Parts: sequence; structure tokens; C-alpha cells
Amino acid sequence: MPVTTFTLIQNNLPVMLWGAGMTVLVSGIAIILGMPLGLVLCFGVSSSNRWVSRISRVYQSVWRGTPILVQLLIIYYLLPLIGINVPPILAAIIALTLNTIAFQAEIFRGGLQAIPPGQMEAARMVGIRIWAARRTILVPQIFRLVIPSLVNETISILKNSSLVSVIAVTELMRVSQQIVATTYRPFEIYIAAAVIYIVINLVLSLAGRTAERRLAHGT
Amino acid sequence: MAQFLDLWVQYAPLMLAGLVTTAWICALATVLGIAVGLVLACLDGIAFEPLRWAIRAYVEIMRGLPILILLFVLYYGGPSVGLRLSAGTVGVFGLGFYGAAYFAEIFRSGFQSIPKGQIEAARMAGLTGSQIIRHIKLPQMLVLITPPMVNQIIILIKESAVLSIITVAELTKNTTQFVNETYAVIQPYVAAAVLYWLLVEAVAQLGKLVERRVRF
Repeated sequence: MPVTTFTLIQNNLPVMLWGAGMTVLVSGIAIILGMPLGLVLCFGVSSSNRWVSRISRVYQSVWRGTPILVQLLIIYYLLPLIGINVPPILAAIIALTLNTIAFQAEIFRGGLQAIPPGQMEAARMVGIRIWAARRTILVPQIFRLVIPSLVNETISILKNSSLVSVIAVTELMRVSQQIVATTYRPFEIYIAAAVIYIVINLVLSLAGRTAERRLAHGT
Repeated sequence: MAQFLDLWVQYAPLMLAGLVTTAWICALATVLGIAVGLVLACLDGIAFEPLRWAIRAYVEIMRGLPILILLFVLYYGGPSVGLRLSAGTVGVFGLGFYGAAYFAEIFRSGFQSIPKGQIEAARMAGLTGSQIIRHIKLPQMLVLITPPMVNQIIILIKESAVLSIITVAELTKNTTQFVNETYAVIQPYVAAAVLYWLLVEAVAQLGKLVERRVRF
């Protein structure tokens, strides 16, 4: 007798939630690592030094212009070739981070442009070093401006993290595939996974809206 | 060095065939996505609450889902509810209906940018709803929505790499075949990256052309 949908989901939910935890972990680490690095790249792109800005732009263009799946495969298969053996999960985090840096830099650049350049000039005039001025004057303002876009990027990375199942990281997608392989019930399992993804993203966008309101009060 | 380049010559037909499939699928999906997106955005303008709720739910669900899971539900889950589609068809429909949610949002923001007064004036002059959309809303919003539309098409092209996982013989799939047959890694992926980049760049340039055209 085939298992009912309810029992099927009930039996497999714990494993799927464990997978969802992995999904959140991998994309969370990528997003958080991507923030400082994205900021550095953002200042690189808007640098007055021609070479710094040119190299930063090439990096951005390459990572924004190729499919994330291809990037993931390149990192996973290329690193061992040059003698660096990394476990799949680390390769996944590296790929997602390198990808999100390019997108976050673009988001931060938008925020940076909204800040009057006079502030930086004034800070430099009173003798604050450039990186200190960026850190203490620009960064807090940029963050407040770009929260909505940053939440979008987080959701986008969370969705893209389903691709790391291809290199055998046991996150939600991979776990679902494994369950399907043993139960032969693709429809219910994949719908269940879809629901979990949507719930996580809903929570994220709600959290984003709350953060936006909180920070708006601070102004 | 010669051997290094030989692989490219040898596998050029396979890679180019993949590029053509990718371009073809993306073109169909874009047309489908824009058509469905436009219909959704127009229906959203009708003041009938349940319909608007359904459209919002559709958009939110599609935007909250990884495209991979949508493709898996359609391709692997479909047969168990009597829906048997080829991988390529799933690709076009999956990408198309996924993109439709994003296109609908772009159209919606475009519609909202048209001042209410113009619509009221048009209605007073006796234009029907579809005439208003065709002659008043669309021409004006094209200027505004062309850049995000091009952006979205580029995103669709990059998302289409995922179709390789459900065995569509597009660029990424053929790249992995190239890897598996030759044990080379650098040549296949560099070729794939360059070909994707060329396709994306072509679309971006085309977008700039359209942008100049629609500007008044």
C-alpha cells in the first residue's frame, strides 16, 4: 500500500529541515563574508586609480556575466587541478561568496552615489584617514540605504544555493533528491521543498522590512 | 600549446550547438514570459480582489522559489500527475513562467509610472481600456521598462544553465560532456564562459539599441 502524502512528508520532514538548515548556513556565510569584501570591491570600482577601478570592473563583469552554475563547477573542478583539495561545502561557499561580492559591490555603489561627496571631502579635510572615513562615515549610511536591495540579494543567493546540490552538498535540494531516489515520490517531495524555500524567503523579506523600519527611525 | 587549442577546434561544433540551443530556449522563454507577464500585469489593473490576490500569490511564489525546484517539480513530479513533457519543453515553460513573474512586476511598475490624469483624460475622450493600454500606457512606459527588461532577459539566459541538470543539451550540458570526454577542465569552462558572455553582451547591445529607439 502506498504511503499517504501526509505520512510521506511527516517521515521525511526532519531530514528536509536539516537540509534547509544547511541551505541557510551556506548562503548565510556567503552573504556575510560578501559584505566586507563587496564594500572593498565597491570602493575599488569607484576608485580614482584607473588600474584599481579597471581590475575591479573586470572582476564584476565576469562574475555578474556568467551563470552561477558554471562558476560553481569551475571552482569545484579547477581548485583540485591546481593542487588545492577542498570539500564540496567549502567550494560551494567560496563560489557563492565570490559571486555575491560582485553583486553586493554594485548594490553598495548605488548607495555610495546617494551620499553627497562633500561629506568625504570634509572628513579628509579634518584629517581622517581615507579607510577610517569610509568605515565610520560612509559605510553606516550606505547600509541604511541599501537594505532592500541587500535583502533581495540574500534571497537570490538563497535560491541559487540550490545549485550546490550539483556538487553533492547535502542542502535542501540534495536531500530532497535523495528522498525522491528512495521513495519515488518526486511530486510531493519537491513541492514540500518548494514550500520550505518560500517560507524561508518570506521570513527573510519580513525581517528585511523590520530592519528597514528600525533603521529609518534612527535618522 | 597546439594541443591545448586543438581541443577547442575539435569541440567547437558541440559548444556552438549548445549555444544555439541556449539562445533558442531563452528566446522562446522570453517571449512566453513577456506575454504572460503582460497579461498578469493587465489583469492586476482590474479591480477584482480575488484575482489580484491570485496574481500576487503567483508572483510571490515564483520569486521565492529556486528555478531548479520549479524545473524538478515539472520534469520529475509532472509524470506522477499525468504531465509528461520533454526536458526542452519543461525548460521553455519553466523559464517562461518563472520569468513571467518578474516581467509582470516590471510591467506593473511601468503602469504605475503613468500619471492618473492621463488615464482619466483618455477615458473622457472615449478610449476603451485596451486602447488606453496600447496607445497611452505602453508607449510611455517602454522607455522606463526597457533597461530592467533587458536585465531580466540576461538573468534568464544565465538561469538557463540550470536546464543542464534536467538533461537539456544546452551550453552547460555540452560543456560537461566536453569535460567528461576529454578530462580537460580549463578549455571547456573558459569556452563556456566566453560563449555565455558573448550571448549576454549581444542581448545587452540589442537592449541599448531598443532603448535608443523607444526614447522620445
